[in-house]
Amino acid sequence: MIIPQRAPGSASNFASAIESNVGGMNDRIKRLRTLSVEAEPSVSIERALITTGFYKENEGKYSVPVMRALNFLEICKRKTIYIGDDELIVGERGPRPKAVPTFPELTCHSVEDLQVLNTRELQRYAVGEKDIAAYAREVIPYWTGRSMRERIFGHVPQSWRALYEAGLFTEFMEQRAPGHTALDGKIYSSGLLDLKDRIAREIAGLDFINDPEATDRREELTAMAISCDAAIVFAERHAELAEQMAAELTNAKMLPERVVELYRIAEVCRRVPAHAPRNFREAVQMYWFVHLGTITELNGWDAMNPGHFDQHLQPFYEKETADGTLSRDQAKELLCCFWIKVNNQPAPPKVGITARESGTYNDFTNINIGGIRPDGSNAVSELSYMMLEIGEELHILQPGFSVHVGAATPERFLRAACKLIRQGHGYPSVFNPDVYVQEMLRQGKTLDDAREGGCSGCIEVGAFGKEAYLLTGYLNVPKILEITLNNGVDPLSGKLVGLQTGEASSFASFDSLYSAFVGQLHYIIDQKVKVSNYIDRMFAKYAPAPFLSLFIDDCIARGRDYYDCGPRYNTTYIQCTGLGTVTDSLSVLKTHVFGGTIGMDEMLKMLADNFRGHERQRQLILNRTPFFGNDNREADDLAGRIYNDLYAAIDGRPNTKGETFRLNMLSTTCHVYFGKVTGATPNGRLAFTSISDGTSPSHGADTHGPSSVVKSLGKLDQVRSGGTLLNLRFLPSLLKSDDNIAKLAALIRTYFALGGHHIQFNVVDTATLLAARQKPEDYRDLLVRMAGYSDYFNDMNADLQADIIARTEQEGF
Amino acid sequence: MPLLFDIKRYALNDGPGIRITVFFKGCPLSCIWCHNPEGIAPHPQKLYTAKRCIGCRSCIDACPAYALTVATAGIVTNPMLCTVCGQCVEACPTKAMEISGRKYKAEKIMKEIEKEIPFMDQSGGGVTFCGGEPLMQPTALADLLVRCGRLDLHRTVDTSLYASPATLSTIIPETDLFLVDLKLIDSAKHRYYCGAPNEGILANIRTVSEARKPFTIRIPLIEGINADDENLQASARFLAELPTRPHSLQFLPYHDLGHSKHAKLGTLYNPDRHPMSVPSSDHLAHARSIFALYGIEASVG
Repeated sequence: MIIPQRAPGSASNFASAIESNVGGMNDRIKRLRTLSVEAEPSVSIERALITTGFYKENEGKYSVPVMRALNFLEICKRKTIYIGDDELIVGERGPRPKAVPTFPELTCHSVEDLQVLNTRELQRYAVGEKDIAAYAREVIPYWTGRSMRERIFGHVPQSWRALYEAGLFTEFMEQRAPGHTALDGKIYSSGLLDLKDRIAREIAGLDFINDPEATDRREELTAMAISCDAAIVFAERHAELAEQMAAELTNAKMLPERVVELYRIAEVCRRVPAHAPRNFREAVQMYWFVHLGTITELNGWDAMNPGHFDQHLQPFYEKETADGTLSRDQAKELLCCFWIKVNNQPAPPKVGITARESGTYNDFTNINIGGIRPDGSNAVSELSYMMLEIGEELHILQPGFSVHVGAATPERFLRAACKLIRQGHGYPSVFNPDVYVQEMLRQGKTLDDAREGGCSGCIEVGAFGKEAYLLTGYLNVPKILEITLNNGVDPLSGKLVGLQTGEASSFASFDSLYSAFVGQLHYIIDQKVKVSNYIDRMFAKYAPAPFLSLFIDDCIARGRDYYDCGPRYNTTYIQCTGLGTVTDSLSVLKTHVFGGTIGMDEMLKMLADNFRGHERQRQLILNRTPFFGNDNREADDLAGRIYNDLYAAIDGRPNTKGETFRLNMLSTTCHVYFGKVTGATPNGRLAFTSISDGTSPSHGADTHGPSSVVKSLGKLDQVRSGGTLLNLRFLPSLLKSDDNIAKLAALIRTYFALGGHHIQFNVVDTATLLAARQKPEDYRDLLVRMAGYSDYFNDMNADLQADIIARTEQEGF
Repeated sequence: MPLLFDIKRYALNDGPGIRITVFFKGCPLSCIWCHNPEGIAPHPQKLYTAKRCIGCRSCIDACPAYALTVATAGIVTNPMLCTVCGQCVEACPTKAMEISGRKYKAEKIMKEIEKEIPFMDQSGGGVTFCGGEPLMQPTALADLLVRCGRLDLHRTVDTSLYASPATLSTIIPETDLFLVDLKLIDSAKHRYYCGAPNEGILANIRTVSEARKPFTIRIPLIEGINADDENLQASARFLAELPTRPHSLQFLPYHDLGHSKHAKLGTLYNPDRHPMSVPSSDHLAHARSIFALYGIEASVG
């Protein structure tokens, strides 16, 4: 076997520490940060070997949930434990920082996949030759035909496959387990032993006479109890290693201060997660063990998320700073350690060679800062400010964090966030709890549960600690229009993929074209839902997550898994992408084709020619059509109509859990992938270029400044969605003075007063981006806001870079 | 109906908060450094942006006066033949051809202004009328100011104050803040560089001050024209002797953005080649220190 050699290139895919940017950090944090930033992401096959061995030996002996839990226990017992120098918060998913395990039981990497990961230009993951050989020998043969991905793909209908291959939608669960989960505060008041007690009581109370599901419940609850043991074992092994390291140092008469720290680590690891944390440090470590357990058990989307971390830690912080047992600096140091731990966990690499849909190491942990408390009052505390400081000073890829600004949020907190936005790293993004609480109330959550909720991953809303809100995939809405204009045929392949809704020339009016588009939309959603429901049940039956289920109410009370109706709320989202592109395209058809300036045949010819030889007409379209994002009533009404029809097509459809599908409006990086599979669109967009992101206007279509964009977006009834996403690019010169900061804050507040869910900013000028593309080595730390997260500009492929550059730069006047 | 050449939303530098700025076309002055030269002539003018032109010649076909020809630098308009009828603008697909200057109904302007109200409310912003010279269309300006007043919007007038005292007296009661340019104290120089003497301007500044209206003074600081100590001292002395101090004083360091605007109009920027340059930061500091001697704190805008 020939293993390709790694391509030469810069030593690290991550920015190096720049001294001027790391003010405020002590030496320990500087060293940990440098280690984290410079460690190369790699694949660890340890988990795959343990899992494969365990399955080979035990398959068929236990129920599925118990088998999953025992496998998790086996991993916790056997995986390599890592405690690095300087560390205060401990635990890694892999055997060392930035080493990512694989999950062959879900998706099994092929030899070719691993070779590509090891050699590709961007987002490389190092994999050794020996490991690839071992994988080929031990792991791949066993999982061939057994992995969830293969079992799912073996069952999808041809109608689905045709749409999927044409790029009408993506499917999240073919690569990773359902996730997007965030926690509420329960882990700070009860330890895993407390949970085990509860589980034991639930098992004792099972009614085997009248409840036909009592056996299933017992299996699930037993699995949960085993998972508690697994995490406790994992923590105790850290305690043992810390004690052993301390003893070695003592014997060698070295580093007496570190010896004290190691004994303290051991003490903490013997306390949590078995018991509830007693102090700030134990609370942070408690969360970290839960986080690690979740992302070791399965590879759920968006890793794991502490939710309102500042609110959860605040009681510990206030008590200990008041009684003098914790200083602000100590608390900040512990939080920095935690931040770096998150950065040490790159996203699990996908299978399939191209992995075009989303290219990033970011695993989307999104810490919610500020916002409101469950009683509706302002939640901003000293810790909120501290977390902003940490985000600014550490300047690392993960975790993402967002600020939550409701009417009750103090202006000075918003301005502090705006000053950080001004730095141009692409964070924090800003969310509006007043609107997302309404979104959750509309979905039927209680007021308390809605207020405890927030946004995880990118921008999706959920009731933290009580909900499974699963994203199932993106919908390429402009592509739906493309096949509508071609009577159900994908013009790029010539294949019939959709409904035959009539030849474009047969549409007598705009409304008849529009009805055909809506008909096509409903058909495609039907196909998507069929397979999503199938996958839902596959995970419920064959890949339950008993450890994760411990932390989501009411899995224990119901005796059911997180994937199987255990949570109090079970929402299934479909994310619609390209609202700007499709609105502008329909606006062009309405204005010019049905307005008489361009014939339908001429339009179809221009699209087929990708506007080559039609530049005059294309310019006419670009300059003489009402486009979304300009506070123009015609265009905005059309956007509203499409948005409402997307809502009508999705919202309220039953999912497999007795609840419903809901509309979401995020795109992550999928608008770039969708652009690549979509021909020219009537709005003048050229074939294969990116479609519009989230709910943002099309690139370059908004020409009336940010206030007009915000007004247009404000006209959508965002409460009906589970999240929208607005990207604005600002010139640095627009934010020079503190006076400008106040005006940026006012822009955000106005958007939120108009009903906006989320807004984020890229503060960087075009010249800088172009320069960075020319001389990447000079701009290694240029972080930009991509979609729901930030990424290094030089880690992005050329398409994503072009996308960022094309986003309209908002000028002030 | 007022003749305007632009309405800009999300304006950040024309007064407090987030504003909408309404640009009146026509100005009695003709300052050689003017960066909005399309605001000077009190009638519609054609603008041509060569960068946008794709050479499709739709405009040439559309021109009823045969005024357009194509040259290496793009489309050339013969001003002797052009009647500014706007047909080329209609035909141009890229907006390379534009008409600067349109009569707007007051209701239409108010509709635009009202779109920005949520931002004004949130930021303590409002409406700014500038130009050109808004006081050159006093009836229309007063009408808009009254309409905005009825909506309780904050009203700023950005003006040279080159206007008759009678005109000013109709505007003062309907204005919440004046932004006034103070270019040169020496009237002869003012006449030379700006095309008109300044005694009336200085008297009007005094009138605004006496009326106890808030006003901000802005000094376009141009090395070679008005950045000398003599002019700065005279300016500071003049302001210090007013009955009320300016709300704030800003230096606007010279920039030569006027070039591209003149190119669009087909006119020449600074045809007599007066030496003008950007003041250094040292010079700005020095200028601030001169005003500080008179107890006036200056900022750089």
